Amino acid sequence: MSKPKRESLAHLLARTRWLSPVLLLLLWELGSRIGLIPERTLAAPSAVLGTLMSMTLSGELPSNLLISFGRATLGLAIGASAGLVLGLMAGLSRPGEAVIDPLMQIKRTIPVVALSPLFIVWFGIGETPKIALIAFATLFPIYLNLYNGIRSVDVRLVDAARSFGLTRAQLILHVILPGALPSLFVGLRYSLSLSVLLLVIAEQINASAGLGYLVNNARDFMRTDIIVLCLMVYALLGLAADYLVRLLERRALAWRPNLVEA
Amino acid sequence: MDARVAASASTEFRPVTTTFAADPRQPDPVVRLRGFTRRFGANVIIDGLDLDIAPGEFVALLGRSGSGKTTLLRTLAGLDDIGGQDVTIPGSRAVVFQDARLLPWKRIWRNVALGLGGSDIRARAEAALREVGLGHRLEAWPLTLSGGEAQRAALARALVREPQLLLLDEPFAALDALTRIKMHELVLSLWRTHRPAVLMVTHDVEEAMALADRLLVLDHGRIVAEERITAERGQRTAVARPLRARLLGHLGVDAPEGAYADLIAFPGAAR
Repeated sequence: MSKPKRESLAHLLARTRWLSPVLLLLLWELGSRIGLIPERTLAAPSAVLGTLMSMTLSGELPSNLLISFGRATLGLAIGASAGLVLGLMAGLSRPGEAVIDPLMQIKRTIPVVALSPLFIVWFGIGETPKIALIAFATLFPIYLNLYNGIRSVDVRLVDAARSFGLTRAQLILHVILPGALPSLFVGLRYSLSLSVLLLVIAEQINASAGLGYLVNNARDFMRTDIIVLCLMVYALLGLAADYLVRLLERRALAWRPNLVEA
Repeated sequence: MDARVAASASTEFRPVTTTFAADPRQPDPVVRLRGFTRRFGANVIIDGLDLDIAPGEFVALLGRSGSGKTTLLRTLAGLDDIGGQDVTIPGSRAVVFQDARLLPWKRIWRNVALGLGGSDIRARAEAALREVGLGHRLEAWPLTLSGGEAQRAALARALVREPQLLLLDEPFAALDALTRIKMHELVLSLWRTHRPAVLMVTHDVEEAMALADRLLVLDHGRIVAEERITAERGQRTAVARPLRARLLGHLGVDAPEGAYADLIAFPGAAR
């Protein structure tokens, strides 16, 4: 008697996955209202919403968001381009592999964040070290996945293409690069989430604008509402980046069976 | 030569050597190998092999696993470096592999058109696909095709090049029996229309006898037997029985003459 009942409860919970987050929000709001959670510790959800409205209307949030977005995009663009070029060179030529791969493996052992003091010495505390940090971090996943993707292209497909007399350029264009594309997307995903992570870290370096600047300022004035708001924006940036890759994948990898069926 | 010795054991068929040298009526062969040897380290895969294939000839190459079939086929496909040996292969050749090896990221017609030059490649690919009965699948993704359809597409991709030499590497081995019969019919009709020289690697004796004019048995990198079938296709029932027994003998199976239903009735017959 009790078993089917329990199952239907599990079923119901599975369909209402939004319930627990909403419940948490309500508890949080309630705790703030009755004074259980002081505003200095954590601002109420309603307060965060209000701050979102006012900072959006004043233009403070959009302008700083734009600056942060620009840093992440520029850093990612530089890092991804470098990773792309290096991955192609190492993947497509043995001499390229012999020269590039050892350097990349050495680079991998150094935690990127540990480089920030050196970058500050080199580039000062302006925009350059922030962008350099993001670029340096996002380079590697693109490089590694592209290089591996190229090297693990099905050799039987390469043989078949060669048997039809394809030139090396045609082989790269029609067989090797499309075959490596799924791996490249994996790398791109890693790089995108790294770019947001490194953005947060880089903006701790004496930023005079951007989301990190907002957070640092809010910390000094104990404005937990602004801090929580910026955390939300960071999360949304990460989500948007993931969505973008999914969109690209759906277009570029339409041939894959799971997407074909969908 | 091994080929001569082995073939002379048969009485019903003219013993022929793999080479058909000084016959003025014969056109120049499209494939010509003399003393071809291929080794990997100390392993000799192909051992002093002579082979001629005439234009339009349908040759089946039988052999057990590890006999060198695949290596020979790769050489004829131009995939391996021949290292300056006496090897003549035609400029236009195409391969159909056991696994269709279509590029999964290209639609079917683009797979067929792969590497083609010219302005009307779409039309040519379409025509080839219609010829193999896939005119309705032009825009499909390869991973959505059945095994038989994929092999048809692979055939179209080979034939659209109008090759002088068509290499078939066990192209029907992965198909179910009914699909295989249809594919045999298709290959024969395509061969009659386009008349490429065909070298079909197989270890299916029945398939070889049904399709080919000439059958070669490869063992340890040498051609150990050669049989020419002069009977027309469709009228081979009489020659098939003794021929099957001989071919199976060359392949290392001591089998009495008879249908497959009886062949496996003697445990231990296979060496």
